[in-house]
Amino acid sequence: MAKIGITVFPGSNCERDVYYVLKNLLNVDVEYIWYKSSVDNFDSIIIPGGFTYGDRLRAGAIAAHSEIMNKIVEKAEDNVPILGICNGFQILVESQLLPGALILNDSLEFICKWVNVTVANNRTPFTNLFDKENLLSIPIAHGEGKYVTEPNIMNEIKEDNQIVLQYNDDNPNGSLSRVAAICNKKGNVMGMMPHPERGSDPDLVPEGFDNRSILIFKSLINYLK
Amino acid sequence: MGILSDNEYKYLKNNLGRTPNELELNIISAEWSEHCSYKSSKKHIKLLPTQSKSLIVGPGYDAGVIDVGDGEVVTIHIESHNHPSAVEPYGGAATGVGGVLRDILSMGTRPIALYNALRFGNIDSKTKDGGKNLWLFKNVVRGIADYGNCMGVPTLGGEVEFDESFNEYCLVDVASIGFSKKDKIIGNTASKGDLIILAGNATGIDGIHGASFASKNLEEENRSAVQIPDPFLEKILMEATMEAVDRACIKSMKDLGGGGLSCCLSETADNLNKGMMIDLSMVPTNLSDITDIQIMISESQERMLYIIDPNMKEKFFEIFNKHEITFAIIGEVTDDGELCITKKNNILARMPAKLIAHAPLLERETYYPSYLKEIKKSFKSPAIIDDYENSIYQLLSDPSICSKKWVYQQFDHEVGVRTVTKPGESDSSVVKLNSEKYLTFSLDGNSKQCYLDPYNGTLGILAESLRNISCSGSKPLGVVDHLQFGNPENKEVFWTFVQSITAIRDFCNFMEIPVVGGKVSLYNETSNGSIKPSPVIGMLGIINSKTKMRGGKFGPDEFIFIIGTTKEDLGGSEYFEYCLNLTGGQVPIVDLDILKQTIEVIKSLVNQDGLINAIHDCSKGGLVISLLEMAIQSQIGFNISTTKIPNECSRLDYLLFSESHNRFLLTTKNPLKLASYLDNMAIPFANIGITQSTKECIIKANDKENIILDLVKVTEIYNNCLNELFKGKS
Repeated sequence: MAKIGITVFPGSNCERDVYYVLKNLLNVDVEYIWYKSSVDNFDSIIIPGGFTYGDRLRAGAIAAHSEIMNKIVEKAEDNVPILGICNGFQILVESQLLPGALILNDSLEFICKWVNVTVANNRTPFTNLFDKENLLSIPIAHGEGKYVTEPNIMNEIKEDNQIVLQYNDDNPNGSLSRVAAICNKKGNVMGMMPHPERGSDPDLVPEGFDNRSILIFKSLINYLK
Repeated sequence: MGILSDNEYKYLKNNLGRTPNELELNIISAEWSEHCSYKSSKKHIKLLPTQSKSLIVGPGYDAGVIDVGDGEVVTIHIESHNHPSAVEPYGGAATGVGGVLRDILSMGTRPIALYNALRFGNIDSKTKDGGKNLWLFKNVVRGIADYGNCMGVPTLGGEVEFDESFNEYCLVDVASIGFSKKDKIIGNTASKGDLIILAGNATGIDGIHGASFASKNLEEENRSAVQIPDPFLEKILMEATMEAVDRACIKSMKDLGGGGLSCCLSETADNLNKGMMIDLSMVPTNLSDITDIQIMISESQERMLYIIDPNMKEKFFEIFNKHEITFAIIGEVTDDGELCITKKNNILARMPAKLIAHAPLLERETYYPSYLKEIKKSFKSPAIIDDYENSIYQLLSDPSICSKKWVYQQFDHEVGVRTVTKPGESDSSVVKLNSEKYLTFSLDGNSKQCYLDPYNGTLGILAESLRNISCSGSKPLGVVDHLQFGNPENKEVFWTFVQSITAIRDFCNFMEIPVVGGKVSLYNETSNGSIKPSPVIGMLGIINSKTKMRGGKFGPDEFIFIIGTTKEDLGGSEYFEYCLNLTGGQVPIVDLDILKQTIEVIKSLVNQDGLINAIHDCSKGGLVISLLEMAIQSQIGFNISTTKIPNECSRLDYLLFSESHNRFLLTTKNPLKLASYLDNMAIPFANIGITQSTKECIIKANDKENIILDLVKVTEIYNNCLNELFKGKS
């Protein structure tokens, strides 16, 4: 059985939530990876949300320069699926595993709410159980989630089908092209601002929304089979 | 700084048998401050009922501990940070959150939820001080958000009230709930020779005299008394502590809060019935020239004190080194009951811990307030209005009533994957412990009513909390109270305090709900005078199944029922205060017998499958506002007739806007069954109308007067009010 690792940096705070979904809801072989330990034995790595190093300097910047990230970059080159959620996305961008940057929301305020997103690319390890154009509900919670790039890079991203999830009409943070998740050119590294682990337990889904974000984890498990 | 009274000085000198030195005086002044010692309030607090089978640790510790079965416990605590927040709202509010989280942590439990109750002066642009109040409001919310969000503890709800008595001041109350296994709870024991370890932030000169600052009126903006927040440090401190708890390395622990090391050491030694030998030269500081007195009274944040068995030293060091937390062994436990402060073998202070931890209590006098006499004398009923629609729209844009989405959207309320009801969705917060166990919590206050009648006002808050958690069918586990008043040396202020605490005692005795923790904050006064009496109540409940939970959301073509009688008790109502600018009149009175009976009926209704669909209690703004809140949430209109509402009102505006207690709005698809069930229960009720499939809200008063509201406009006003106030004011 494939083994998934969840990184734990000082200030990570969603690792227990991701663990809960993988272990308790999906019965997956999953382990925490303390940021000073080895990533060798894992078939996939999830970098969870939180405020690593208290968001000092820039969200994700300090964690991106840690030793473990060098190892994760090597893993990414070896086609290992790497998923960054929220602060994990910020770390992936700061590590240059993913293009672009995440800046302050248009509202200049932290926003926590449920939104709906559309699957723009279903040919990644994280979206293979969705149909293209599929809708799913998912909660967001971030202050710096507006995805930006230079226009030429955005064109490349679009040409290479790197936009994986897009916010529906109500773009909560002002992301260019309504980007909620992007992947690298090969598709094995994905960063997303919304929290699939918070949308997975049907007990916690508010009326009018669904728990289809669990399919992101199920897709990963499916891919690792 | 805090200076002892003549009597206190004499008492200290007699007990010591000598003249205290300066360091000793400073230690005593911090611990004997009102903030730390409860010297004015303790005699009264002791009257509160604290007995319950499920209560493991009651008031007096950092947090109350309640057994929730299956070897699991929850902890709960409430704190305020009023003085600091009024001076530096961001840091004051943030460190308030930090403090309450450390209290939960001190019991060995992981915090799983945060709540806040906030009170500010009026923020409408028409008010003179609106600008400063708005600034306080905005930064308090941001301070709470930044701290809680970074900690990864969800902020799940609370309440906000605006009233002119808080002008240029604010009340910032934060409550937290923790969850753990019963066998992981810290036992709080110690033996001679155990090591005393201080960990976390270095001790600096922030928050010097904080406890003393909070124990007198706010006359000057004493910025050095405000503490500096560092949520990242607290987060890693929490993780290290939880790991140390998990690996059973800790015998006792306590957080450092008001009064700094002075209070923490003396209270811990006193609780353990032990002494301590402390070496101040071991305390990590961030200044080379910090004085011994400053070290002892600094309120630098994010610090914890641990007592460990010397055999656990290596394990403890390994954990704290792993998390890269600064820590130091600052002393050891002794058997003599003395708190002995030394520095490199010189004794700097030496006093019995018991003496420090137990200030001589005060007998404060009470006197019926003259302001109440004046209000009663001058109160006249308001002229009858004819534009009800306008009053309703006005109430919907009342900052105390309107949607608090602007506030809670800034709080991460999803982290931790336990949030069942989202803020703004239901009368109480519902938190998942596991698939068979859910906690419910409601945090309430009502300063306007407590001002006019502190006894009935406080009773009303408790009744509202109980109604709120009963809407989700839960059984109450306990109450935490936070009593915030002005200067206790003022007899009239102290009268209001005693009235309020008497109400809590009477309510909790009658309902058999224990008080599991609490806090008193006095001297909430500025040059504008005392705040209105502001008790805040948190009530915790438990339910075993999520399927029974109901919220305020109804569907089309349902029948609307009201339970309870609407009376002419509009004193302190938002209608009188906000719409008519009128202070006075009779506040709603809680009939405890009827409340108990009504709650039983509600609980049995909620537990009957399919009988009721939506439920909402009637509170601020009256039944019309409560019904509109349901309509806004459902985006479905209604058509009701006021003539059917059980009432004792002589005027239509009173009927619409009265905040009488013991009332609920329900909807059902099965009106006959519900009516026949309620018929047998001997409580007043009526089927007052139906929900629509359109967006029109129609209130038929009599043949002549029909109030027709457009739900689109209603929703817009209710949802956008706070955003509008902040527009262009960043």
